[in-house]
Amino acid sequence: MRQRQTLSSRLWAAGIWLLVALFVLNLMAVIATVIVSSFATRWLGTWLPSGWTADWYASAWSEFQLADVLTTTFEVAFFVVLISGLVGAPAAYALARRDFPGKKLVMLLMLTPLLAPPITYGIPLATVLYSAGFAGKLSGVVMANLVPSVPFVVLVLIPFVEQIDPKIEAAARVFGAGTFRLFWHILMPLLAPGVLAALLLVLVRTLAMFELTFLTCGPTSQTLVVALYYAVFAAGVRPEQSINAMAVIFMLTSMVWLVIALRFVNPTQIVARARKARA
Amino acid sequence: MAMRAAAFSELRFDRISRSFGPIEALREVTLTIRKGEFIALLGPSGCGKSTTLNILAGLLPATGGGIWLDERRIDTLRPEERGFGMVFQNYALFPHLNVRRNIGFGLAMRNVARGEIARRTQEAIALVRLEGHEDKLPAQLSGGQQQRVAIARAIVIEPPLVLMDEPLSNLDAKLRLEMRAEIRRIHASLGATTIYVTHDQEEALSLADRIVVMQGGGVRQIGTPDDLYARPASLDVAEFMGFRNRLSGEAIESNGSETMVRVGAAHLRAAGAAPVAIGMRGTLVMRTADLSPAPQDASTIQARVTAGEFRGDGFVCSGASEDGAELWFTSPTRVAIGETVHLRVEPGRARFYPEAGA
Amino acid sequence: MAPAPSARAPFDGVALLAAPAVLILCALFVYPFAYGLWLSFAPAVGGALANYRKFFGDPFLYGTIATTLWLALPVTLLNLVVAVPVAMRVRLMRNQRVLTTILVLPITLGVVLIAQGLLTYLGPQGWFNRALMAIGLVSHPIRLVHNYWGVFLSLFLTGLPFTFLLTLSHISGIDPALEQASATLGANARQRFFAVILPLLAPGLAIAFCLSFVQAFSVFPSAILLGAPAGPTRVISIAAYQAAFEDFDYSMASAIAMLMGGVQLAIIAAVLGLRGLAYRGPAGGGKG
Repeated sequence: MRQRQTLSSRLWAAGIWLLVALFVLNLMAVIATVIVSSFATRWLGTWLPSGWTADWYASAWSEFQLADVLTTTFEVAFFVVLISGLVGAPAAYALARRDFPGKKLVMLLMLTPLLAPPITYGIPLATVLYSAGFAGKLSGVVMANLVPSVPFVVLVLIPFVEQIDPKIEAAARVFGAGTFRLFWHILMPLLAPGVLAALLLVLVRTLAMFELTFLTCGPTSQTLVVALYYAVFAAGVRPEQSINAMAVIFMLTSMVWLVIALRFVNPTQIVARARKARA
Repeated sequence: MAMRAAAFSELRFDRISRSFGPIEALREVTLTIRKGEFIALLGPSGCGKSTTLNILAGLLPATGGGIWLDERRIDTLRPEERGFGMVFQNYALFPHLNVRRNIGFGLAMRNVARGEIARRTQEAIALVRLEGHEDKLPAQLSGGQQQRVAIARAIVIEPPLVLMDEPLSNLDAKLRLEMRAEIRRIHASLGATTIYVTHDQEEALSLADRIVVMQGGGVRQIGTPDDLYARPASLDVAEFMGFRNRLSGEAIESNGSETMVRVGAAHLRAAGAAPVAIGMRGTLVMRTADLSPAPQDASTIQARVTAGEFRGDGFVCSGASEDGAELWFTSPTRVAIGETVHLRVEPGRARFYPEAGA
Repeated sequence: MAPAPSARAPFDGVALLAAPAVLILCALFVYPFAYGLWLSFAPAVGGALANYRKFFGDPFLYGTIATTLWLALPVTLLNLVVAVPVAMRVRLMRNQRVLTTILVLPITLGVVLIAQGLLTYLGPQGWFNRALMAIGLVSHPIRLVHNYWGVFLSLFLTGLPFTFLLTLSHISGIDPALEQASATLGANARQRFFAVILPLLAPGLAIAFCLSFVQAFSVFPSAILLGAPAGPTRVISIAAYQAAFEDFDYSMASAIAMLMGGVQLAIIAAVLGLRGLAYRGPAGGGKG
């Protein structure tokens, strides 16, 4: 409710905005530090580096084998997105349209992996994957990342399915559409925006998903975020600027997909856990 | 009745305007309201009536003009300082408080003593006839009951002014009629000055002492229900008040109160607000109920029947006049589609509005 | 929209469409969790409770719970305390998208990147210390990395946007007419917040607290990269990780993971129990 301000309410508002500004400023500065450092020849003891160069990118590329790492990252992301889409969309349809016995249990099964922190279920999961022989390979990483992604797709898609009037499907059947035609001509086009949104969000989340990949990957199946972690962890060994160059490359891959995703979804939905989209 | 309305004698709107960018939501609304009056702000959606009410309540700022309560200027006060009671369209009952605490909220905000709050709340509950529901939450009440809680909450604080924003629009037809009677009864016992926003002319006619018709952000006419019903001041207001038939015509004769209008071959007597120049073109309007089939004479309008609908106590029919205008009229008996009828206007019930610029 | 009555056949083929998802989650989530639970009671040496006894017998191990709580609880409370007033202001803005997009950045970029950035930014030579010295607040750089504060700030930076977005969506769900009604009844800004908004917001805040707390309690990479994993920021996830990947004692690792889950569950249950005392219905003001 907007209204004429008293002095104290103006001060309060100013204080709040100052707080927000400080937060955003610091956030931007943290990101800027990484970028600036990646282009610095030397940066010790001064506000800005003494010189600028782009050489660190080339050296980071070869040192950290980024070509391989990026390939692995996108392979992982590709399979996670593909499988969670193929498996999650029909599940969302079933949960939105039918009230079958055990539905509550299934919904709980969809909710829990999103609420539980990855480390808590990641360690037992890693144990199982190691004994089954999948850990340390691409397959293990993909499997681990499916655990939060499938429920995410399901929960994002359920409101989209609910928004389609069931009478449209009934009408299609009355006019002679079999199940496949119903799916291809009616459901897919209507659900496409929702599915696209969900898959883009899964992609963005998987790129940043650290713990699960960390616990289940091997030296040849690291995603970029895990490789970055190891680089930072061994920070004494490699030059700071090189690590930051790698960090910038990571930022770019995430941002590209984030920007694309934001054309289709509201920023809040990236955070969306177990809540229905507001109609 | 122990509850009284607070004392003042006059509320004055002086050229209240509200515009943002190129949009003018309100243009110089000027209005004086006397204590105890029931005023209806009537108009179609977007006419500015709710905006006017919200500005009066302090929920929206005016961009021009001022509001005075007797000698006090009030449009610079915040809503919590104005002390008016307001009933919202969707009731806005606090969902986490029961009926008693909802009603007593305004008194609690004013730090009234607990015993006093209890007493006045009980009186208000009795006034709106909600005894027995005091401890229920709003979600447990029906629409009509929620409506009554909203009214009680607004009047218990004994405000100088009660503001109502289309309070009945979410109720079904039967409940609306009942609640209209309730509102009339409460107004009669309390005598509180009330400003009531509605788009329903029947509601305005039945409740108000005076009606303010608004269109396009401005005031078009202020008058008693009778004034507005029989003597709308302009073509727009007439159409809004239910004068459904419009015919183009030309003024042949005119004195102060009556004009003889030629429509096609017919000559009709019509009322008007001011003398009209001979030869002036304009629009003749009349109500559906005032137009019916009759033997042909110099004043009847010829029409070919296009449809008819049985209404129980007669028929409402439509027809096309000689120059193609659509007419609605009533008939006690069935008329056949395609039949030619001669329609007579009830004397004194037609009105003539000269074209703009007259 | 509920399924149309004619479509509510309890078990036709459509329900089976959920089967693949259910199978995958059972295999990859339920089973490992159950296996982990069982494994925690089946150590290589000692009886069923040996792992738990070992955990609670060794301060280096049980101290991690306190360390983690000492990080997670204050940060979550701070997040809420900051998120609520800011959300109260932002909900009035017409174009919130710019701000929400900026705030989504730390969540998208993830904890590892933020940790790396903070290592430089908060370091003795970094811009943060330089700025503080330039303003004159401090005379020499304060130590913000490789200690508690580095991790705290990292949790704040990544946690606040999440808590804020949740809180904003809860606050936006409160019917604005309720505030308007309370204003016309004489409530000033402070009274409107405490008598009308806060009671309706409380259940949503409880949920926001739980979700933010869970996130903070699971802190892992920041505690290692930005903290002092050997001591002040040795959080419970580090203990679990070390048991699994350094000691190769999967049984112990599972036990620690179960304890981690258990502590989170206990705190969530307590908070949600409190929530149950508050009004939990819709935050609208009536029909219409």
